[in-house]
Amino acid sequence: MRAFARTYLGVFMAFLYAPIIVLIVFSFNESKGRTFTGFTGKWYVQLFSDAAVMDALFTTLVVAFVSSIVATIMGTAAAIGLNNMEGKLKSGIMGMTYLPIINPEIITGVSFMLLFVVAKDFLGGLGVPFQFGWATLIIAHITFNVPYVILNVLPKLRQMDGSLVDAAMDLGCNHWQAFTKVVIHEIKPGIIAGFIMALTFSMDDFVVSYFTTGAKHQTLSVLIYSMTKKRVSPEINALSTIIFVVVLLILITVNLVERRNINKARKAQLERKREGGSFG
Amino acid sequence: MRVKASSYPYVAWALLFVAIPLGLIVYFSFTDAAGSFTLDNIIQAGIYSNVIIKSVWLSVISTVICLLLGYPLAYIMSRSNPITARTILLLVMLPMWMNFLLRTYGWMTILENNGILNQFFGLFGLGPFEMINTQGAVVLGMVYNYIPFMILPLHSVMSKIGNDVIEAAQDLGASPISVLSEVVVPLSMPGIKTGIIMVFVPAVSTFIISQMLGGGGNQLIGDIIELQFLGNAYNPNLGSAISLVLMVLVLMVMSVSGFLSDDNLEERVL
Amino acid sequence: MKKVLAVLVSLIVLTTSFSSVCFAAPEGDSAYDMEYYSKFQGQGVEINVYNWGEYIADGEDGLMDINAEFTELTGIKVNYLNYETNEAMYAKIKSGANNYDVIFPSDYMVSRLIQEGLVQEINFDNVPNFKYIDKSFVNPIYDPEQKYSVPYAWNRVAIIYNKEKVGYEIDSWDVLWDSAFDGQILMFKNSRDAFGVAQMALGFDINTEDIGELDEAAALLKAQKPLVQAYVMDQVFDKMQNNEAAIATYYVGDYYIMKEVNEDLGLYIPDATNLFVDAVCIPSNAQNKEAAEMYINFLNEPQVAADNMEYILYSTPNTAARELLPDEMKNNPDLYPSAEDLANDVAYINLSNSANLYMDSLWTEILADEEGYNSWFMPAFFIVAIVAIVASMVLRKRKKSRDR
Repeated sequence: MRAFARTYLGVFMAFLYAPIIVLIVFSFNESKGRTFTGFTGKWYVQLFSDAAVMDALFTTLVVAFVSSIVATIMGTAAAIGLNNMEGKLKSGIMGMTYLPIINPEIITGVSFMLLFVVAKDFLGGLGVPFQFGWATLIIAHITFNVPYVILNVLPKLRQMDGSLVDAAMDLGCNHWQAFTKVVIHEIKPGIIAGFIMALTFSMDDFVVSYFTTGAKHQTLSVLIYSMTKKRVSPEINALSTIIFVVVLLILITVNLVERRNINKARKAQLERKREGGSFG
Repeated sequence: MRVKASSYPYVAWALLFVAIPLGLIVYFSFTDAAGSFTLDNIIQAGIYSNVIIKSVWLSVISTVICLLLGYPLAYIMSRSNPITARTILLLVMLPMWMNFLLRTYGWMTILENNGILNQFFGLFGLGPFEMINTQGAVVLGMVYNYIPFMILPLHSVMSKIGNDVIEAAQDLGASPISVLSEVVVPLSMPGIKTGIIMVFVPAVSTFIISQMLGGGGNQLIGDIIELQFLGNAYNPNLGSAISLVLMVLVLMVMSVSGFLSDDNLEERVL
Repeated sequence: MKKVLAVLVSLIVLTTSFSSVCFAAPEGDSAYDMEYYSKFQGQGVEINVYNWGEYIADGEDGLMDINAEFTELTGIKVNYLNYETNEAMYAKIKSGANNYDVIFPSDYMVSRLIQEGLVQEINFDNVPNFKYIDKSFVNPIYDPEQKYSVPYAWNRVAIIYNKEKVGYEIDSWDVLWDSAFDGQILMFKNSRDAFGVAQMALGFDINTEDIGELDEAAALLKAQKPLVQAYVMDQVFDKMQNNEAAIATYYVGDYYIMKEVNEDLGLYIPDATNLFVDAVCIPSNAQNKEAAEMYINFLNEPQVAADNMEYILYSTPNTAARELLPDEMKNNPDLYPSAEDLANDVAYINLSNSANLYMDSLWTEILADEEGYNSWFMPAFFIVAIVAIVASMVLRKRKKSRDR
């Protein structure tokens, strides 16, 4: 059984990582084609002087950060409000919250395109210039990010002891202080998880960006998509390898720190037990 | 501290950017280019009934494969110690940090007629096999890209099945197979349900995987929608009608499977 | 060798043109009309350029990076994005989603855009370099009064094949339907070219609007589908260069690009094939028309156009640029054929709206490979779906209340 589990894991991971290894190997490929001709590190250098790639990276980062920050603020506020609601109204709003998550991405993308095209005509008629670009991208990303924040924060709010706020106010806090010092503190893990999730989904998104991107800037995914129509520049492989390695390092560090904390906590617990034992 | 008003900005936002856009899809589905009511788009969408059937068929196959591949993995994870389980989970999630278009492109390199796999087979005098630009390649792409969505919910449900439950069943004389079929599977049913939906929905609506691995001749619903908006012409009315069909299809699958009406949906969506 | 030659030629050209304008432009760094190009300097003007993939010299192979050069010269920032087919570009323009300043539609698409009012008249006073355009490309059939477009490049549709895999010299369109090449054929992934090939194989006019003829062409394309490995546009490069397929339909100039990588490739240019012109236009909703015109003019600077064409390897309508090309390019009869060779070639012209729509639907059908079509299918599906949804909701509700 153990041997079977090991083999299964090995084969599964090979399947999962095969294309990734291919991509990393090809980021060191001398030629641009898809046959390996020789080893080079030049794409890792050229990448940083390629205006198109750098612009796309910049766009992706700006859209991801702006949209997840806005989504986190709006989503947290919404979750607090929702937590105090009940009945039909709440389930109606929750329904709208689930929609962008459950809906196929292409439908979300297409519906945004329709909305913005209609809005453009309408605003154009009023003499207000409106264009696909930063605004459309960020609005779309906020919209599909907010639900993740709400769904991460709501459970924390539910778990929170309601009397904590009362206690804080009894101790002389005003509403605002009670909110910032107690509520925010209690739901912080949910907010952070929601933010990170939003950031991830936003950076990884292709479909929605594809339908809402403007004439000036495109996100990295949209750039990669237009490259797959011909050939993907090894620079993109190089960039993705860098991102991949960075994420890997972050995850390893976080994991190590957590593991150390767990061990520490365990040790402390053991020690306490021992002390308790000696006393008792 | 019973604030409700703090959610109003979001409610306004959701009405404007979730409800109205979906309303527009419905509106465009039932109007012609001039804006008057018509059923033509919906009827015309029927031309693609075979595409729809094919999309559903391929995504059902992918979903089943995901389940068959993902279940043992989730089981292994649930039976190993927490640190190992966590590491496996991270390993499963990690590829998602590489852009999925690129990963799919990586598969193109592997599956091509002169690709890595065929060169490997060639060493043994086998092949070349025709792998890229087939329906099989599309299914592979779906399985590859969406299997984490199967493993996550399975893992979160199965890790809650205590070892004691299984041991109890074993002590009571259950064979390994009946432990699996009568204890583990029923207890992991909610995870299976969620996993199926989380794989099926993106698979049935994809347009990139079929384009990149299917060679342009294996069109799915997503491709046809994309063609109407950004591909071959701008025909938002027909495009919306096909989108509506896709939406209804997804809604039907969800509501029949009981995905929507169950409690603690949020836990499973995340 | 070719590259060395190219560098040498361009060096010679650069030095000679430099010396000849030295008097006119004393600060001397270029052969360009600085007074004209400095108009928008320092004003932060941007233009959005929407072009085919890899359809402009970008600094590779020692050639000019045209967009960078233009920005340096004029101070106008170029936002440069790509599309894959005329039709995809048309969809973007038609939806009105984006405001582009410069686009590169092919002939038939130019007239379609003109007809639908999606492109605007160019002020040719701002494009003095139009004087270099070969007279035979002026007042073309797709823009009879030469108001909306400036030709960019032209070429012909041909069959590119792998000599090793095919084993003989191809001499007819029919090879595209030869079952010996099952799974070895790459076909156009855009409706107009794909239909054009089928129509030429059938001996029809490629501009036919006859429903019967369109149906017949569609039937032929459907019959071909089982043999087709993939429908592609620029992916054809990778695939033909890496021996992925035996036969592909594409454009003559691209053959020469592929051949640099794969020596085994051969070219067949049918006697009566499609001759197309890709032109530069300014969409109606462009925001910086004058800057766009400046860009178009810059594209027609002889050295710019020559470097560009050396990169794209299509044929240039710019006579001055052609003179600057390396000999093996400007004297290549495939790229610059004689008038007799071109005599039987036909250009695409725009079809009527209804024919376009009909072709679109046939094309989607071919890709989707559909035969049966029942008009009741969708309404029936909707009814079944709604019944299923409602039923499952009701059942569940009942169960819930029973449980309570």
